[in-house]
Amino acid sequence: MFPRVTFRGLLLIAAPFLLLLGSCQKESQVDRATREGILLVGNSAEPKALDHQLVTGVIESKIITSLFEGLVADDPSRDDAAIPGAAASWEHNEDMTGWVFRLQPQGKWSDGTPVTAHDFVFAYNRLLHPDFAGPYAEMLYFLEGAEAFNKGKITDFSQVGVKAVDDFTLQLKLREPVPYLPSLTRHYTWFPLPQHVVLQFGRMTDRFTKWSVLPNIVGNGPFKLTEWRFHDFIEVKRNTHYWNAAQVGLNGIRFYPVENPYTETRAFLSGQLHTTYQLPSDLIRTVKKNDPEFLRQEPYVGTTFIRLNTTRPAFSDPRVRQALSLTIDRGQICEHIMEGFIPATSLTPKMGSYEPEAKLRFDPERARALLAEAGYPNGDGFPVFSMLISRPAARAGAEALQAMWLKHLNIRINIQNMDWGSYISAQQSLNFDMASAGWIGDYLDPTTFLNIWTPGNGNNNTGWSDLQYDSLLRAAALKSNPAERTALFREAESLLMDAQPILPVSHYTRNYLLRPEVKGWHPLLLDNHPWGAIRLER
Amino acid sequence: MSDVSLESNSSLWKDAVHRLARNRAAVISVFVLALIIAACVILPTFHGIIRNPDLQDLPNKNMGPSFSYWFGTDHLGRDILSRVLSGGRISIAVGLITTLVSVTIGVCWGALSGYAGGKTDAVMMRIVDILYALPFLIVVILLGKTLEPLTSQLTKGVVGWFSPPGSLSASINKTTAWVEPITTLVPLFIAIGALSWLTVSRIVRAQVQSIAKQEFVEAARSLGLGHFRILFRHILPNTLGPIIVYTTLTIPGVMLLEATLSFLGLGVKPPYSSWGILIDEGANRMLSNPWLLFFPTLFFASTLFALNFLGDGLRDALDPKSAKD
Amino acid sequence: MLANLIGRFLQGIFVLFVLFTVTFFLIKALPGGPFKSAEKAIPEHIRAKIEAYYGLDQPVRVQYFRQLGNLVQGDPGLSLRLEGREVTEIISQAFPVSLRLGIAAMTIAMCLGIPLGVVAAWRKNTLMDYSAMALAMVGICIPAFVIGPLLADQFGRRMNLLPAMGWDPTDPSSWMLPALTLGLATGAYLSRLTRAGMLEILSQDYIRTAKAKGVGSLRMLIRHSLRGGIIPAVAFIGPAFAGIISGSVVIESVFAMPGLGLHFIKSIEVGDAPMILGSVMLYGTLIIIANFLTDLLGLWLNPRLRASR
Repeated sequence: MFPRVTFRGLLLIAAPFLLLLGSCQKESQVDRATREGILLVGNSAEPKALDHQLVTGVIESKIITSLFEGLVADDPSRDDAAIPGAAASWEHNEDMTGWVFRLQPQGKWSDGTPVTAHDFVFAYNRLLHPDFAGPYAEMLYFLEGAEAFNKGKITDFSQVGVKAVDDFTLQLKLREPVPYLPSLTRHYTWFPLPQHVVLQFGRMTDRFTKWSVLPNIVGNGPFKLTEWRFHDFIEVKRNTHYWNAAQVGLNGIRFYPVENPYTETRAFLSGQLHTTYQLPSDLIRTVKKNDPEFLRQEPYVGTTFIRLNTTRPAFSDPRVRQALSLTIDRGQICEHIMEGFIPATSLTPKMGSYEPEAKLRFDPERARALLAEAGYPNGDGFPVFSMLISRPAARAGAEALQAMWLKHLNIRINIQNMDWGSYISAQQSLNFDMASAGWIGDYLDPTTFLNIWTPGNGNNNTGWSDLQYDSLLRAAALKSNPAERTALFREAESLLMDAQPILPVSHYTRNYLLRPEVKGWHPLLLDNHPWGAIRLER
Repeated sequence: MSDVSLESNSSLWKDAVHRLARNRAAVISVFVLALIIAACVILPTFHGIIRNPDLQDLPNKNMGPSFSYWFGTDHLGRDILSRVLSGGRISIAVGLITTLVSVTIGVCWGALSGYAGGKTDAVMMRIVDILYALPFLIVVILLGKTLEPLTSQLTKGVVGWFSPPGSLSASINKTTAWVEPITTLVPLFIAIGALSWLTVSRIVRAQVQSIAKQEFVEAARSLGLGHFRILFRHILPNTLGPIIVYTTLTIPGVMLLEATLSFLGLGVKPPYSSWGILIDEGANRMLSNPWLLFFPTLFFASTLFALNFLGDGLRDALDPKSAKD
Repeated sequence: MLANLIGRFLQGIFVLFVLFTVTFFLIKALPGGPFKSAEKAIPEHIRAKIEAYYGLDQPVRVQYFRQLGNLVQGDPGLSLRLEGREVTEIISQAFPVSLRLGIAAMTIAMCLGIPLGVVAAWRKNTLMDYSAMALAMVGICIPAFVIGPLLADQFGRRMNLLPAMGWDPTDPSSWMLPALTLGLATGAYLSRLTRAGMLEILSQDYIRTAKAKGVGSLRMLIRHSLRGGIIPAVAFIGPAFAGIISGSVVIESVFAMPGLGLHFIKSIEVGDAPMILGSVMLYGTLIIIANFLTDLLGLWLNPRLRASR
């Protein structure tokens, strides 16, 4: 009886697999996709929306940049290059406060309607309109009068520095010199909107209408949306009305919102994706050993840091904050835990011509002296603080810091895991001691990192502010000479790194996997690979 | 049939222990359990026998098993043997306490509901339905927030109790390291205990309903025995089998749930660990460093195997009728 | 019988109402909120406008009755996490995935678990029993977040037989691994419970009499004791099935399945009330139905109960 039962059971379990063996010779998903010219992309999470004025994230940006195009396009291989996008050419006045963009005469929305300067004016009007309440409206504050309009201080949009001179000429007037404006317009907050479609489904100031979902959505980018299934995939196909359609190398892209990076990596290695969003650091070694041809490790403008609540008694003393920073062995952390990351020497990573003074170092001796000076010799009497973390992946780094501070300063820190909502709200209400955090730059200019630490910035959350720091940033903003600007930013950042309301730990590295058949994909600091320039070749 | 359980209790228990001692699987299980519990409780207490489980040695991370590190080291260069043992202390505490709480509630609730029947049954079971569908995660997040200040008070209290007045801060630290991982778990005990008794109660209710209609219960009733006595002396003993089995099934569930909840801030706090957390950390690294998963799973599984075979043995031993087999 | 049915229906409505009320206030107590949890903080003046747009600035009482009214009409409203999308649209995309996965997993679990438990009880305390139960223990001790990745790695990466992630309703091979992972664990529980239930029955007199007469075959066992023996397993199946088809987060995460579980977790993270309430109401309805059916099945399995009513 016994053998018979097990044999039957085995057969039952194995039957589906045996059936499958017959069909196992079929080509893998990537091979088929490569043949069809479809790029399969791991994109980490479900986008909150595809209306680019409703979102603030990086995930959304990946999809939005395939559907829409800004005035200036991303160059596939150079970070600082500005190549024609929706605008064919542009010029600026001497102090870089007045810009004129001439649009592509052939520019069309994916329904064939021409893209005009009015679509840009409409878009900026909508994003800045107080009733629309765009979450990322502040990206447009560079326009003259924009902030006042957004905050309801002026109600006449014609007072804002944007004007359609004619159908194909857009004039921008800025509140200060912005030499990096072309780089800025590559961000989706500066993208146009199809006025005719948006107004068809609601008023301009309606937050969400059906214009941005299938089958209504219309874009001016190299691709158009064809399918959108939540947590499953988003598919875009070639847009034949795109002004540069002849140069587009792909027939389509599928974005997979795979939340779990281990799953994403497995799927890639099983031939289901052309590229992944992220490679967990514990898998880097394995991949290096077994599949080195897929591994990509590229610098990325982002920094991980520990945010301190400087309103806590012990943390209000800059000597304590410096002591904590001086006992972070950043080299060890980047070598052993955040593999491939670069030890931070300041907050802002090197970008273009800007390189901040290297201020951060590892010096436990000095740290102990500072802590004793602050009244806690050998860590005696130092309160037990809690460090918030929001993701399991942050745990190892936090544990390493915990051990370093215990070893070098003899102080105990608790690590508190939290769900995302509690984590954010604790910081925004300054109801925390310290938190492990990170920041990714939106554009290639130090202001994307330095402006955070001004008072009233929603992402500051440290309770720290400094008049001199603010005035340095303001002074820098008014300079159109790049060298003078950079010098002022360096000075401001030095000040910030002496005060240390935040303890930078490392600069991000994009660790991900990419199949060799993907061509036209080059390392980029902002990681915005222009989808139109990518092609698939076996 | 009912007269068997009306005999004096002492001989019943003696018989049970005797029967248990003859069950080889159960005896082996008892030894294995005793060994694991002893190792987890005793070894981490005395420093020097095993390494400090929280001591990091980054250059020696991810090492395979060797003579100096029997179970290898983890991603921060900590000794896995020590972490498995000290984590076991927490997991065993979590498994036993929360299971005890949840099974006690579940058995009482299900038995009363099943025995009473009618309106009482309906009300009690609809409450179970509501609790089933309540978003557990939200409850956990809110409990964690509410009980957080309470646990630090508790830790202070317990540490103060155990340390002599005027003792050095070093000894406070040592006691804290012992006490803190357990006291921080109190919200977890409450959360899991309060919400994981639902299935037990439904199983017990179903069993009680089926037994309550059998002849011997009618007989007991006609003898004029009280409801309480009938329920707890005559019906419940006959549902013991499924209860014991479900109890042993609950333990692995809550041990793993602890790891999940600790990522929401309700379980063990780093650097302390538990089997659930070690298995979770190991699962992510199982391709590159399989021993990170293997050793915690080995201990976890051995404990549960032993508990299950012991549970089965216990069921047989407590089944008065099986003696005649 | 009809009165019974109507009674249960009214009770169900009441359960849903209590569930709604409790959940509503639990969500209100959550820290953060749909527009406070953005990775990049939304400026205060803008957030106030957004919250006003979605009526989140109104008194809680007003919000409560509006939400209740929406749900009574069968429409939970608009999601705040996937801003502006209808909750019904999200659920109608995700539920079929979870349902199909749940049915496949439950089938595997029952085909595996119940026979295993019966056989183990039949040959109690023999090698067959021990090996069947050891197998079940493996299913219980090794969590889904270990078995899933192992299976995906083996059949996906190494053998290239089955996809390691994703969902294709037209291709059963895409849900084989998730269903197997889920089914193994559930089946393991079922087998332990079946064995225990069977043993309770087997130790009762009428079976012992039958055995004494020398009829100890597997067929006899199934004919006489299976009905009573699977009562505990059935009590477990109802809620377990409702739980599985309303989304299983671990499986969805390990295999990137677009089911309900991940939506639910994500909406709790940001306090997306319409989505949470929609999911909770769906799950509550399923639980009520599952437990009702379980009770009916219990009556059928246990004729004595029927007679007394």
